[in-house]
Amino acid sequence: MSVKTIRLFSGTKKLNRSFTVSFLLFLLLAAFGCFMALPLIYAVNNAFKPLDELFIFPPRFLVNNPTMDNFFDLFSLMGNSWVPLSRYIMNTLIITVVGTAGHILLASAAAYPLAKYRFPGSRVLFTIVVLSLMFSAQVTAIPNYMVMSWLGWINTHASIIVPSLSFSLGLFLMKQFMEQIPDALLEAAKIDGASEYRIFWTIVMPNVKPAWLTLMILQFPMLWGSDGGNFIYSENLKTLHYALGQIVQGGIARAGVGAAVALLLMVVPITLFIISQSSVIQTMATSGMKE
Amino acid sequence: MQVEAADRSVPVHSPAAKEPVWARNWREIKKSKHHYILMAPYMILFFMFTVIPVVFSMILSFFYFNMLEFPRFVGLQNYSRLLLGDDVFMIALKNTLMFAVITGPVSYIACFLFAWIINELSPKIRAFMTLVFYAPSIAGNVYFIWLIFFSGDAYGYLNGFLMKTGFILEPVQWLTNEQYILTIIIIVQLWLSLGTSFLAFIAGLQTVDHTLIEAGSIDGIKNRWQELWFITLPSMRPQLMFGAVMQITSSFAVADVAIALAGFPSVNYAAHTIVTHLMDYGTIRFEMGYASAIATVLFGLMLGANLLIQKLLRKVGE
Repeated sequence: MSVKTIRLFSGTKKLNRSFTVSFLLFLLLAAFGCFMALPLIYAVNNAFKPLDELFIFPPRFLVNNPTMDNFFDLFSLMGNSWVPLSRYIMNTLIITVVGTAGHILLASAAAYPLAKYRFPGSRVLFTIVVLSLMFSAQVTAIPNYMVMSWLGWINTHASIIVPSLSFSLGLFLMKQFMEQIPDALLEAAKIDGASEYRIFWTIVMPNVKPAWLTLMILQFPMLWGSDGGNFIYSENLKTLHYALGQIVQGGIARAGVGAAVALLLMVVPITLFIISQSSVIQTMATSGMKE
Repeated sequence: MQVEAADRSVPVHSPAAKEPVWARNWREIKKSKHHYILMAPYMILFFMFTVIPVVFSMILSFFYFNMLEFPRFVGLQNYSRLLLGDDVFMIALKNTLMFAVITGPVSYIACFLFAWIINELSPKIRAFMTLVFYAPSIAGNVYFIWLIFFSGDAYGYLNGFLMKTGFILEPVQWLTNEQYILTIIIIVQLWLSLGTSFLAFIAGLQTVDHTLIEAGSIDGIKNRWQELWFITLPSMRPQLMFGAVMQITSSFAVADVAIALAGFPSVNYAAHTIVTHLMDYGTIRFEMGYASAIATVLFGLMLGANLLIQKLLRKVGE
């Protein structure tokens, strides 16, 4: 181990560091890193395996003769079936894009007054939102279903999109981030005669762009991977994740196609995260979740 | 986590003090009507799909309701049946607590430990390792990959490997054997659990003040463990709280992974959790009152665990 190697691991000079412990810790990190990454690497490899390699014994981890056949099969097979695959992709895209964009807009609009003003009810409302972080959506599954059926939203995309717009984590993070916008900026705009809506739209929103990305990276994978099986029954409204389940159940002949869909499902959110990673972490760091 | 808003809108001039409270409040409300309008869309949906359902669920848990007939008040009968007469619920409760007690703390500590080690790396490697650890939790629910790994025939990776190396002679039914199923779900759940709190920890570690660490080393902090306990952890208390809330909530809600791997219902309810029990009564048997009682118990467990852990975390670094 040379000084160069140490530099590779350690960005800045740190105090009180023993080299042996550092090395052991990095070893631990590398071992668990493999545990985390291997299933994903496997999924990528699987999607390019020809059928005979998928069912080889003993099973192999890496692909030998990579082929694009699975993807061609996927599009030709699913293109000819009753509901083409593009339909599932479209449905998932609609749900994800509308749900994510709508959530960012509504959560920001609600976070701005909570972050910058105090008015009757603001404290109580925010406390309820924070409290709702402490239980998961399954708790409300039954009444939600009843509300959906009263509204007549069963079997529509709205049943997945609309509840996701009021995801409480988004409001919480957005409010924390908005607290850092300097008050002087808002007051200057007010003196110039701007209305609250104008201030929100032209000053606050452009200033919290990094936080949009954070909300997006939390919301997007959730909706992209949503199954929707509880609310949506029509085949032509179903999501990609649901279609994957059906393909996988199709058995051996569909194994290659299933692997290709799985790759499609995981590549999109991971790519988005790679693109937005630095601003996401920056937002979470600077918004300093206050006590 | 506490609300800290500017005091700007509160009137300071003296006549306000003589006004009756309601009149002052009403004036305040009228003055901030734009704020209410901005919040309205979010809050209406939030109340409609989160707050009212929780309250409604609590009320409904005292009724018998099958979606067809009008609800009939039964008092505490749902609860007594659930807590005293439902053996399957006891299995579900035991499994859920197992998940919460094992995956909750383990994933929480893992989140912090890995974030902490990653934070010492150079920026490029740091970004890469963050991606490696965070990717499974956003990979679009591809946990079925583990199905192939633990598949019960010889084509399953674990079986293939063990047979090739001679540990076993014939395939083991990993996912239908009560002995293994819970462990397997815990492993997969841990694989998935480095999510939002992991990111929050990475972010939090970047905000720890370096001058504090330098000052600490002058004041006699000898090694990284002391630095961790006396400086890093106390500076990150808000993120630690936030992470705890996220981890506890998700570890009590295990269901998707259990269903994907063990089926629904699983063999002898070996992988049954409170949430799958809730789904059973809510979406299959349509006993909405009973399902609501299950949901209320789950709600109480999650909230209780969160408040307890927050109290404990306040002691960190003392």
